[in-house]
Amino acid sequence: MELWVLLIFLILFPALVALLFGILPNSRLRDTIVVLVSAIIIAASLCLFVLFAGAGKVYVDINGDMISQIMIGLEVIISAGLLYLAAKYRQYIIAGLVVVQLGVVIYAESLMQGTEALNNLFIDPFSIIMAMIIGIIGSLICIYSVGYMRDYHAHHPEMPDKRRWFFALLFVFLAAMFGVVFSNNLFWLFFFWEVTTLCSFLLIGYAWDEESRKNAFWALLLNLVGGLGFAFTFIYVGMIDPSGNLIMMDTLLAAGPAIAMIPAALIGFAGLTKAAQMPFSSWLVGAMIAPTPVSALLHSSTMVKAGVYVIIRFAPIYDASMVGYIISLVGGVTFLLASGIAISQSNAKKVLAYSTVANLGLVIACAGIGSYAAVWAAILLVVFHAIAKSLLFLSVGTVEHKIGSRDIEDMKGLIGRLPIMGLMMIIGIAGMFLAPFGMLISKWAALLSFIEAQYGFVLVILLAFGSAVTVFFWTKWLGKLIEVAWKPERMEVKISNFEFSALVPLAVLMVAVCIGFPLLSTYLVVPYVFAIYGLSATLGQANMIIMVMMVFMVLVMPLSLFYFRKNRKIVAHYVGGRPATQDMHFKGSIGVQRPVALGNYYLTDYFGEQRLSHIGNGLCIIFIAMIAIVLILGVGI
Amino acid sequence: MITGIPFEILFAIGFVILAPFIGAFIVGIDRKVTARMQGRVGPPVLQPLYDIFKLFEKEKVVVTNEVNFYILSHLIFVVFTGALFFSGGDILLVIFALTLAHVFLILGAYAAVSPYSHVGAGRELLQLMAVEPMLIIAAAGFYMVTESFAVKDIVLSPGLPVMTIPLIFVGIVFVLTIKLRKSPFDLATSHHAHQELVKGLTTEFAGPTLGMVEIAHLYETVFLLGIVWLFFASASMPWIGVLAVIIVYFLEILVDNTTTRVRWQVMLRSAWLVALVAGAVNLGVLALM
Repeated sequence: MELWVLLIFLILFPALVALLFGILPNSRLRDTIVVLVSAIIIAASLCLFVLFAGAGKVYVDINGDMISQIMIGLEVIISAGLLYLAAKYRQYIIAGLVVVQLGVVIYAESLMQGTEALNNLFIDPFSIIMAMIIGIIGSLICIYSVGYMRDYHAHHPEMPDKRRWFFALLFVFLAAMFGVVFSNNLFWLFFFWEVTTLCSFLLIGYAWDEESRKNAFWALLLNLVGGLGFAFTFIYVGMIDPSGNLIMMDTLLAAGPAIAMIPAALIGFAGLTKAAQMPFSSWLVGAMIAPTPVSALLHSSTMVKAGVYVIIRFAPIYDASMVGYIISLVGGVTFLLASGIAISQSNAKKVLAYSTVANLGLVIACAGIGSYAAVWAAILLVVFHAIAKSLLFLSVGTVEHKIGSRDIEDMKGLIGRLPIMGLMMIIGIAGMFLAPFGMLISKWAALLSFIEAQYGFVLVILLAFGSAVTVFFWTKWLGKLIEVAWKPERMEVKISNFEFSALVPLAVLMVAVCIGFPLLSTYLVVPYVFAIYGLSATLGQANMIIMVMMVFMVLVMPLSLFYFRKNRKIVAHYVGGRPATQDMHFKGSIGVQRPVALGNYYLTDYFGEQRLSHIGNGLCIIFIAMIAIVLILGVGI
Repeated sequence: MITGIPFEILFAIGFVILAPFIGAFIVGIDRKVTARMQGRVGPPVLQPLYDIFKLFEKEKVVVTNEVNFYILSHLIFVVFTGALFFSGGDILLVIFALTLAHVFLILGAYAAVSPYSHVGAGRELLQLMAVEPMLIIAAAGFYMVTESFAVKDIVLSPGLPVMTIPLIFVGIVFVLTIKLRKSPFDLATSHHAHQELVKGLTTEFAGPTLGMVEIAHLYETVFLLGIVWLFFASASMPWIGVLAVIIVYFLEILVDNTTTRVRWQVMLRSAWLVALVAGAVNLGVLALM
C-alpha cells in the first residue's frame, strides 16, 4: 500500500466517521459501528507498522496549498465558535486569546507568501510508535466507552444524553492526534494541535454543568496560552526566513540550535502547557470531571502525549543547551512534586492524574537533556505510560460503576470482591512503577543521561527523591487492593463485553511490552535515536537478560499459591488479645462486635496538595521566566 | 584477574549458599555484643540459625494463604538482589530489585489484614521511601567515580571510591540503620521488645512464614554490608573493606543499644535531609570538578 494513502486514511477516516456518529441515534447499530471503526483504525495502525517500521524516515509529497487554505478556513470557523461560547459564558480572556492567536497565525501566513510547501507529511519510527499508541490504545478506549457511557447515563439520569456528540468528538480527537504525529509542516501540526485543544475542551465539559464547564474553560484557557506560544513560532520563522522553508519541521531541526532555539523554546512552552507541567498542571487534574474514558484518552494516548511528542521532537535542539536544561528542571520538579501530591490523595482518579503529570515530567526532563540516552528513555517512558495509564483509568472507571466509589480506601480487598478487575489494576500499577516492569528501564537510562549531562546532578537528586515517592503511593494502593478479609463475598456484577474487550487487550499488551521491550527498543526506538545522533543507548545485553528473567520470576511466582493452599491452619488475626473473628470483627467493650477499620497514610502535612502545588508552580514559573531571559539575552544557545 | 561469566555465576552461587550462614554468624555476634553492652551473657553465636530451624518445625499457621506467596517472593527477590550484586551486576538494577523485594514484604503484611501488621506495612513503606533516594544517589555517585554502574567495574577500578564520595558513604551508613532494622529507626518491626507494637510488620507471620522473613533478613544483612564494602573496594587490598564493614557494623550495634525508637516524621526528615545534603554536596562537587 502506498504510504500517502495510509496516512491520509488514518487522519481522514476517523474524522469522516465522526460526522456519521453525529447523525446516528443511540442504538445497537451505532455501538457496532463504533467497534467496527475502532477495529479498522487498529488494523490500519498495525498495517502502518508492518509495512513501514523498517523504512526509516519517509516523506509524503502532497500539494498542500489547498489543504492549507481549508485548514485556515476551519481555524476561522473554530475560532468563531469559541468566541461565541466565550461571549456566552463571559470568558473574556479566552475570547482575547482566540482573537490574538488567529491574528498571529494569519499575519504569519502573510509573511511567507512564496511558500512552496512540499513534504507536508512524513513518518519515521517515532511517528510510528506514536501512531500505534493513538491507533491501538485510543481505539480500545473508544470501544470501552460504548459500555461505559451506557452505564454512565444509567447512573446519571438527570444528565442530557449527548452520546452522539461524545463519540463524534472521540474520533475527531484521534484524527487530530494522527495529524499531529504525521505532520512535517508546522502549520499543519499547529492546526491539529488546536483541534486537540478544542476536543479536550468539549469532552471535559461533556456534562456541561457548572463545575465541568468551569474546568473545561480552565483547560481551554491554559492550552490557548500554550497555543499562542506555538503561534509566535510562525512569526519568528516568517521573519527570519520569508521563503517559508523553515516551516517544515525537518528543515527547522536540521538548521541547528543557532536558528531553531527560539522556535524550539516556544514550541517547548506550548508542549509544557499541553503536557500539564507545573504551573499548568491544574487543567489536567480538573479534567477528571469528565467521564472516565475521556480521562483515559487525555492521559494515555492523546492530548498530553501531543505535548511530550513535540518536546521529544525538538530534543536534539535542546541537547546540552541552557534552555534545554531549564526545561528539564521544569520536568524534574514537576516529577517530584506531582508524585508527592499523589501521596496525599485518596481519590483514585486524582492519584492517576497526578501520576500522569509526574511521569510526563520525567519524560520532559529527559527530552530537555536531549542526549541520545535521554531521548531513548523518554520514548520508552511514553510507551509504557500510555499502556499502563489507559489500563488503570479504564479499570478505575469500571470499578467505580460497580462499587459506587472512586476512593482508594473503598477498594479494600478488591482482588477478592472483583478478582478480574483487581488483577487488571494490579497489572497496571505494577507497570507504572515496579521493577522489573516498564518504567524501571526508562529510569535506568534517564539516570544515566542525567549523570552525563552538565549540572545533571540536580536532576539525579530530583529523580532519586521522586522515584522514592512514587514507590510509596503505588504500593499503598496495591496494599489496599490485596487486603482481603477472610472469604470475601464475590460481587455479583456484570461487566459489559465492550469494557472487557478493551481491558483484556490492554492488560495483555502491558505484559507483552514488558517482556518484549528489547524488540521495541531494537526495531523502533534505537533506529530513530541512531538516525539523529549516530549512537544510541541500550540497556546492555546482560541487563536485558536480567530484566526479562525478573519479569518471568514475577509471573511464575503466583504458582507457588498452589503449594501454599495445602496443609495450612487458618486462624483469626491478632487484635490486641481481644476475641476476634476471621471476617475482621473483634469483641469491643460491653460485648459489642466491632469491625476493624484500616486506613493508609496520606501524610497531608508533608505532601498536601496546596502546599506542594504552590511550591511547584512558583518554581516552575521562575524557570519559565528564566528561559525567556536566557533567550532575550541570547546566551546558552 | 577473576572475571568472566563463569566467575560471575560462581560468585552468585557462592552468595546463595554461604550468605545465610555468614549472615547468621553476623547476627549471632550482634546479639552477643548487644548482650554484653546490656550486661547479659547472651545466647550462643549460632542462636539465629537454631531459631530459624525451629521455626520451620512449627505448625503451619497463617491468617490467609496469600501471605505466604508474598513472603516467598520477598525471600526470592532478596536472594536475587544479593546474587546480582555479588556477581558484579548493575548496581541500579540491584537497588530496583531490592525495592521490589521490599514491596513484596509490605504486600505480605497488607495481605494479612490485621491492625498491627497493617501499621507495620505502612511504616515499612515509610522506611522504604526514606531510604530509596540515598541508594539511588549512591549508585549515581559510584557511576561518577568509576564511569560504570556495574559492581565488577567499580571493584576493579583503581583507588577507593570512598575517597571521592565520602559524604555519600556517610549517608549510606545513616540509612543502613533503617535497612538493618536497628534502633532508632526500627519502626516497622524491632527486636527490642520494650519499644515494639506487638511485632509490627511480622505480627501475623508464624512458623515457616516467619522463618522465610528471617532468612531474607540474613541475606539482606550480608548484601547491605557488601554495599559498605564496595565503598572500600580495592582489588589489591580487600581487607580494608572488611575492616570498614566491621567498624560500621559495630557502630550500628552501638547506636542500636543507645537510642530509642523515633517517630516516623523524624526518620523521614532526617534520612531525606542526609540524602539531600550528601547527594547535593558530593555529586555537586564531583560534577563541578
